[in-house]
Amino acid sequence: MAQDMIRMENLSYEYNSIEGNNQLLAINNVNISVKKGEYLVILGHNGSGKSTLAKLMNGLLLPTKGNVYVNGMNTRDEEKIWDIRETAGMVFQNPDNQIVATIVEEDVAFGPENQGVPPLEIRQRVDDALRIVDMTEYKKHAPHLLSGGQKQRVAIAGILAMKPECIILDEPTAMLDPIGRVEIINTIKKLNKEEKKTIVHITHYMDEAVEADRILIMEQGQIVMEGTPREIFSQVEKVKKLGLDVPQVTELAYELRKEGINVPQDILTVEELVKAL
Amino acid sequence: MIIKTENLNYIYNPNTPFEKKALDNINLNIEEGDFVGLIGHTGSGKSTLVQHLNGLIKPTSGKIIVDGIDITSKGANLKEVRQKVGLVFQYPEHQLFEETIYKDIAFGAKNLGLGEEEIHRRVKKAMELVGLNFEALKDRSPFELSGGQKRRVAIAGVLAMKPKVLVLDEPTAGLDPRGRDEILGKIQKLYEEEGITIILVSHSMEDIAKLVNRIIVMHKGKVAMEGKTREIFEQAEKLEELGLGIPQITSFMRAYKRKGNQVRDDILTVEEAKEELINYLRRKGNA
Repeated sequence: MAQDMIRMENLSYEYNSIEGNNQLLAINNVNISVKKGEYLVILGHNGSGKSTLAKLMNGLLLPTKGNVYVNGMNTRDEEKIWDIRETAGMVFQNPDNQIVATIVEEDVAFGPENQGVPPLEIRQRVDDALRIVDMTEYKKHAPHLLSGGQKQRVAIAGILAMKPECIILDEPTAMLDPIGRVEIINTIKKLNKEEKKTIVHITHYMDEAVEADRILIMEQGQIVMEGTPREIFSQVEKVKKLGLDVPQVTELAYELRKEGINVPQDILTVEELVKAL
Repeated sequence: MIIKTENLNYIYNPNTPFEKKALDNINLNIEEGDFVGLIGHTGSGKSTLVQHLNGLIKPTSGKIIVDGIDITSKGANLKEVRQKVGLVFQYPEHQLFEETIYKDIAFGAKNLGLGEEEIHRRVKKAMELVGLNFEALKDRSPFELSGGQKRRVAIAGVLAMKPKVLVLDEPTAGLDPRGRDEILGKIQKLYEEEGITIILVSHSMEDIAKLVNRIIVMHKGKVAMEGKTREIFEQAEKLEELGLGIPQITSFMRAYKRKGNQVRDDILTVEEAKEELINYLRRKGNA
């Protein structure tokens, strides 16, 4: 199991309402392994349990039942919690909620400062992190004057500066415009391919999911589909029934097949469909 | 003409080092009963513009005429303007505050000074329009609802004021595909069945392509492009220069045409593409 970055075993999580009489089983007996270096996308409609799952992955929430291991460390182990959060860093939806300092490079330095990293090393890490997200030229800027995509890249740099092996992103593009989305997706790809970070990416955008090594689809706290993007999206009807979508070209290929036109059913991109027709 | 702007300018923080021209000489004409898409990347001035349309921001210079009233003139009745132009902000569910869904939706209408009976009628109708069951939900707390439902409560609150124009700023942000389809379906119905003029601000070119008749593209505080939906999406290169894009399906048809296939490249939806391709492939098969 040494190659597992995150392992979830018989994991359940229950939310208790304030009155204490309403319980919601948000995660229902789930088993997942995320391999080191993998790029995993999690899909599912609102309320399916995706964000809960993400928060269980680095100990922001602790399981009601079962166990979560991050690089072999159990999130229930209080002594390991800081190591766990250093190993698996999290990026959230709204960049404005994640930025704490008034200068970009100070914001990026916040994490490693709290880890007690020596100043020279912090300098190095901040420079490296800003370079990776392509924000070096903005290091002296005030974050609130940046665009959404730039702010989100600063937030990612802040996580990178803590040198995590794994980065969990919970709808990082939901509040961004098309350019901002492309910036973030390219950054995520780079983190995975060049920096060899394990990526867990939660999203509602099917075109983003196409880039993954593997997709999990959640529904009512359980994993209902699992496979490569090609395996998942070729099942157009099943995916739609789960309240999700497929990329427009995949849908077109599916519609054409229904009309008796000979097109493969696992089309994912514009180029593939042009070639197939 | 329901909304008209003349030489509209707005400067943030004038006479300070942070001075920024957010709107630069905007001249718009929006026809009554139209469905208009407003697009542009973050910071292009979209949100600043829509906040002008019901008098939330006063222009630095220029005129805004709503349903014949110059709202920038002295003594303009802004209350009336805000009733006419309903603005639904981004993440409107964050603005819910009442104990029950009924009270929350009734809030605006109540402030118009309407009687109980009229308010009751309007709340019921507004809930119907957004697809919320009146009897089952009216006495429930809005905070028990799902994200998509909460957002529909917020939209119903604006509809209960019976606006002539409904401006929606990113109504689907953060929703899942099903929630997106639900909200957009309701908006389309408002346009088709209730005849409300709609201005939709969105980052999703797919949604804009599916719904609107006309598009206004903002860039650096100016109107960079304006025209029918099909005309705008035919100019893919220009849109890309402005930091925008075209729907994936449109970009597929363009790529397919470039390969020497005689198909239309001004396609906006999957359904249109399907029809066009089937016709084309059958023609080709018979030839």
